[in-house]
Amino acid sequence: MVRLIGIRLGTGLITLFLAAFFVFFAVQALPGDVAEQLLGQNATPEAVETLREQLGLDSNVWARFVEWLGNAVTGDFGDSLVTGEPVSSTIWASFARTLLIAIPAMVVGIALALLLGVWAAARRGSRTDSTVSVLALVAMSIPEFVVATVLVLLLAILVPVFPATVLSGPDASLGELLPAAVLPALTLVISMTAYILRAMRSSTIDGLATEYATTAALKGVPRRAVLWRHVAPTAVLPVLPVISINVAWLLGGVVVVESVFNYPGLGKLMIDSVSTRDLPVLQAIAVLSALVYVTANLVADLLALAADPRQRTLHQPRGRRRTAEVVR
Amino acid sequence: MTRLRELSTGTRVGLVMVGLTVLLAVIAPWISPYDPISTNADNALVGASRSHWLGTDQYGRDVLSRTLEGGRFALLVSLLATTLAVLVGTLVGTLAAYHGRWVDAGITRVLDAVLAVPAVLALLLIVSVFGNNLWVLVLAISVVYIPAVARVVRGATFPVLSTDFVTAARARGERSLAIIRREVLPNILDTVLVEFAMRASWVVLLVSTLSFLGFGVNPPTPDWGLMIQENRTALTVAPAGTLAPIVTLSVLVVGLNLAADGLGKYLGVDRARRGVLR
Repeated sequence: MVRLIGIRLGTGLITLFLAAFFVFFAVQALPGDVAEQLLGQNATPEAVETLREQLGLDSNVWARFVEWLGNAVTGDFGDSLVTGEPVSSTIWASFARTLLIAIPAMVVGIALALLLGVWAAARRGSRTDSTVSVLALVAMSIPEFVVATVLVLLLAILVPVFPATVLSGPDASLGELLPAAVLPALTLVISMTAYILRAMRSSTIDGLATEYATTAALKGVPRRAVLWRHVAPTAVLPVLPVISINVAWLLGGVVVVESVFNYPGLGKLMIDSVSTRDLPVLQAIAVLSALVYVTANLVADLLALAADPRQRTLHQPRGRRRTAEVVR
Repeated sequence: MTRLRELSTGTRVGLVMVGLTVLLAVIAPWISPYDPISTNADNALVGASRSHWLGTDQYGRDVLSRTLEGGRFALLVSLLATTLAVLVGTLVGTLAAYHGRWVDAGITRVLDAVLAVPAVLALLLIVSVFGNNLWVLVLAISVVYIPAVARVVRGATFPVLSTDFVTAARARGERSLAIIRREVLPNILDTVLVEFAMRASWVVLLVSTLSFLGFGVNPPTPDWGLMIQENRTALTVAPAGTLAPIVTLSVLVVGLNLAADGLGKYLGVDRARRGVLR
């Protein structure tokens, strides 16, 4: 068990290291280096050369990678090329504002998706089930920027309940951000619920067809208890990876949502940094996102281990292991 | 191999929706009533009328013509990028599964690391550096989706590798690529096809998202994502300019998803469970 957790942690760390490696070298491979970008196109070659020396850009690329990684581990991602401020403080402030919309969206979205999934599966083939399934299909087919636009039309223009944008950017106070966070969070809920709901419905339908569910029903356990006490807890297990992927995806999804609502979070920072080519900020955002991805997967894995004793044996018979791979 | 009669209603509706959108996009240059990029400042933001069925946008361009032609670029990019991503992803996935051990472990870690970096960030950076030319977009989007395809295909390949006919082929001394092509591929074709339909719907969404963020097509080229971005400020004055591209885009993606669902059910691949890696 301890060894298994150790292995999972290890692979997570390796993935994170590889992601940082790719990010660093992908940025290096881009045409034009930081010095040229800072000085613009009209800079003299001598000026570029001097700045390169000052920034240490002429030293070995591997040495710079090791230095960058060493600093990154301690949370130091260098200074922004545009503002000159430390990247980490900018990133953390934006990340905190993103969490303000992401965490409520996650909690509401996951709870709603699991409940609706079980609910629809229990009424398989009925009108409620088809309605829920069609709604889920539509929700996953409509891009976030359309959901956001429609929500703005309904809840900010026709019935002005919530503000449509944040006007004061990163300086907005918490009191100003809270009402502005509702519509972005709602957009994320709608987009993320669909996938988890479909997975949960499918998994619950399989669970209802198992022998232990039939046994429980034959013993005279009420249908409701069979559903919620026998089937639902096991049915959540295969849905865990779906949830973790969606949680990690939230960070990418916020790019669109934050740009529509002009919400000063990580996604908005990402768009702004792309347009100004603020490479240190982009590297830091990429590494932070990779960290979220790895953590979400790790948490899902560990939860599955805690909940399902079948997964705890390290040397599974080959056949078993394969079915687990296929499901994923 | 797929007989139309055996398909469910949902699948048929989906296929019709996709077919209709593609057909309209293909014949758009011949049926659009106006030039989609010709502006007319005197005629801006007018409502629906006999001469402009869906009204005009803020530059006086005909919304109907722009909507009809707005899918061409996105559909072309999506088709090329999805095909490339599924082809390469299938190759990488089967090779990883076939060689197993260190090759598999190495490839899996690399795929996971690529998946860990948000697709939108990578795409925005690539487009901002290399421009939004068709092939840059196609290559960038396929690179983003190759790891997800490869992971699914790798999972589907394992059960096939333990069958007797693969063992027999190995014993005959056949090469790995020959075994993958002749023995493995025909048996995972269902997974690959469903994967293609699913990826297509996500790629369409991603391409329109890029356009919406201003990193897709160059204005004034008509494109649904770009149209929604341009016209949403005039949502209350001339709603058709935003709603028309929303409807066409949704019809396309809902159709793709219905078709993918139906295809998955028909071929026995549970899509809701597996379709998680965007």
